[in-house]
Amino acid sequence: MHVLLKELELPHATVGCVECLSVAVLFEQVLLSFFGCDAASLLPRSPSLSDFVRVYRQQRSQCPSKQTRYIVMEKAELLRDADANLLPALLRLQELVEDNVTVVLLSEIVWDKFRPNTGCFEPLLLHFPDYSKGELQQVLSRDKHPSYSAEFYSSYINILLGVFFSVCRDLRELRHLAALNFPKFCEPLAEGKVKETDAHKLWRNIEPHLKKAMRTVYLREVSSLQWEQMQQTEERDTAAVRGLSAHTHVELPYYSKFLLIAAYLASYNPARTDKRFFLKHHGKIRKTNFLKKNEKTSNHLLGPKPFPLDRLLAIFYSVVDSRVAPTASIFSQISSLVTLQLLTQVSHADQLDAPKYKCAVSMDFICAISRCVCTCFLIHGSRRENRIVQVNGPFTSFLLKENVFFL
Amino acid sequence: MLLKCVLRDLQEEEEEEAGKNLLQVHLNGLLQTDDRIALKEITRQLHLENVVGDKVFGSFAENLSFLLEALKKGDRSSSRPVLFVLDEFDLFAAHKNQTLLYNLLDVSQSAQAPVAVVGVTCRLDVLELLEKRVKSRFSHRQIHLLSDPTFAEYLGRVRTRLGLPDHFPDGRFAADWNASVETLCEDKSVEEVLRRHFNSSKDFRSLHVLLMLCLSRVSVAKPSIRPADLLEASRLCFADAKANMLHGLSILELCLIIAMKHLNDVYEGEPFNLQMVHNEFKKFLQRKSNSMYNFDPPVILKAFEHLQQLEMIRPVDSSSAKTQREYQLMRLMLDHSQIMEALQKYPQCPTEVKQWAMSAFG
Repeated sequence: MHVLLKELELPHATVGCVECLSVAVLFEQVLLSFFGCDAASLLPRSPSLSDFVRVYRQQRSQCPSKQTRYIVMEKAELLRDADANLLPALLRLQELVEDNVTVVLLSEIVWDKFRPNTGCFEPLLLHFPDYSKGELQQVLSRDKHPSYSAEFYSSYINILLGVFFSVCRDLRELRHLAALNFPKFCEPLAEGKVKETDAHKLWRNIEPHLKKAMRTVYLREVSSLQWEQMQQTEERDTAAVRGLSAHTHVELPYYSKFLLIAAYLASYNPARTDKRFFLKHHGKIRKTNFLKKNEKTSNHLLGPKPFPLDRLLAIFYSVVDSRVAPTASIFSQISSLVTLQLLTQVSHADQLDAPKYKCAVSMDFICAISRCVCTCFLIHGSRRENRIVQVNGPFTSFLLKENVFFL
Repeated sequence: MLLKCVLRDLQEEEEEEAGKNLLQVHLNGLLQTDDRIALKEITRQLHLENVVGDKVFGSFAENLSFLLEALKKGDRSSSRPVLFVLDEFDLFAAHKNQTLLYNLLDVSQSAQAPVAVVGVTCRLDVLELLEKRVKSRFSHRQIHLLSDPTFAEYLGRVRTRLGLPDHFPDGRFAADWNASVETLCEDKSVEEVLRRHFNSSKDFRSLHVLLMLCLSRVSVAKPSIRPADLLEASRLCFADAKANMLHGLSILELCLIIAMKHLNDVYEGEPFNLQMVHNEFKKFLQRKSNSMYNFDPPVILKAFEHLQQLEMIRPVDSSSAKTQREYQLMRLMLDHSQIMEALQKYPQCPTEVKQWAMSAFG
């Protein structure tokens, strides 16, 4: 858009709606681009649309336009959240200011979601079709590095698209990934191990690297700077990437781990089953149809349920392997788990005597934690329930039906 | 626009008397969103004495009383008539207490300075919006500008719009052009397209958009409109924007949308969250034993968030702080038929994905 307007040298004003916290910023930018900063200073302190139109009209009569003026608004979907009169007024701007001005709205969201309730002047809709794989290849190949040939770069782009195309089609992301990973691709060339035309070896070198990139840089788990540093210093086998997600590098105290595991069990098992799993002598269970109708969908799909503090402590004492006194340090560990956002407090802040919590971590995290703990757990995930059986220590005779998998 | 034409004509006709004397105040509901702003605008446009340059001094109450006094002091014979034109009249009715409307209509009813108030709006029920006291002061004169053309008139409009006027500089080109427009309008396929547009909406603006899209294809090399242009323009007008967006999604995102469609079919439109969609997707992967689509959960989360950013799915309630991102319930904003249509047009869609979409039970 910019390039087009600059090349044709049309008078235009570009406004990024993300920057316009208030409409005053928008008005100032438009007046500044069209008429200079004197015009912009004529606006009162918190201008309304009426002031903007008035100042525009004055300026227009002083310097009439010979060509159409363009106002380009990027991320126009944010205009919907501004005052209700802004969007319809902008669509009618040509009529209101009596000038040859065109407003161009750029957005990724379809027009149907923009339309205000009482209707407005319908704009002309132009759809920019997405790039096909071939077109993406052409566009990306233009950024080629000066010291390598064009075919070399386009074979690199081919490999990159092969890995990332099914996941991401955004040109900006792909360009960023291409720029970041190109040095690694050229590495064997620089070391003299392969020639430019040796496609298979180059592919074997770069492919695991790209797969790793998908898990990390693409997800912004690591910053681009970290990624570049890693490429320079990494060994053949991948070291653990210190990503942003908690589970790769958070270290919890011993009892906190048990507390978290207990919280996970409390969240995902219904309260009725506690007696069965955690007491040594639970007596007979009546084989009633004890699953209610709304529990048919697995708890794993619906999310964690809240549980009271007492239940957490009860499960904790049965899960932990040594005798633990209920000191203040245990309770303070619960609070610090909440601060770390591994647990969420569901009850109101001023209910001090019966706080309720929810477990905010996933099964993978729990598995990762329990690996560090020196007991081994059998986690049995059936379609309906989640049973944990503690194997070391006093051997408990829980009945295990269906499939069981070891951690 | 109609009003402006009328006023211009009036000014040209009665040069000596009313034309020169008439004071006009133009207000627009979109711009003057508040009574205070509206009042300031009125004082500015009437050049009353409390205006210096552009700034209007005094508070709202002072300005209002000043204006009312100024209007009331005159009488029919000696003071200049004032015409108030209120665009988007229904928005003025949304102001607090409808003070401005009340005062203006009050002044126009009382036999003092000759004041006329003309409101322009596109709502038929605008009288319902007025308060009782305001409605009673309204003279209840309404002019409806509704056009109801027949298809023949519609075709006639197309002809007049596309034809070049007589005073066009290049006479020969104008003649050729007009002849080509005539042949165009007699073409059968063109008539069908125009009938389709006529059936969906009779108003002139949508016709305008259609004709503008056609005209944009006219160039120096091709100086006439062909029926194919009109067909293409019509296709663009009726194109579904969401299906176009679906065309540009990556395969992973498309698979997620198909999974959501299956969930909607099975659970009849109940909201879903990412975990459910992921589960459904995993069931598909297990059946196909194709390792190409085995992506990590965070990658799937990113695709899910991209769909949310494009507003293809929307959260059911806006409290995003309470629940984790993976468990927040969402609804799909696409229709079953839109998805199937988009799948047909999707470039290089893998066959197993297509078959999964068509299958009845996910």
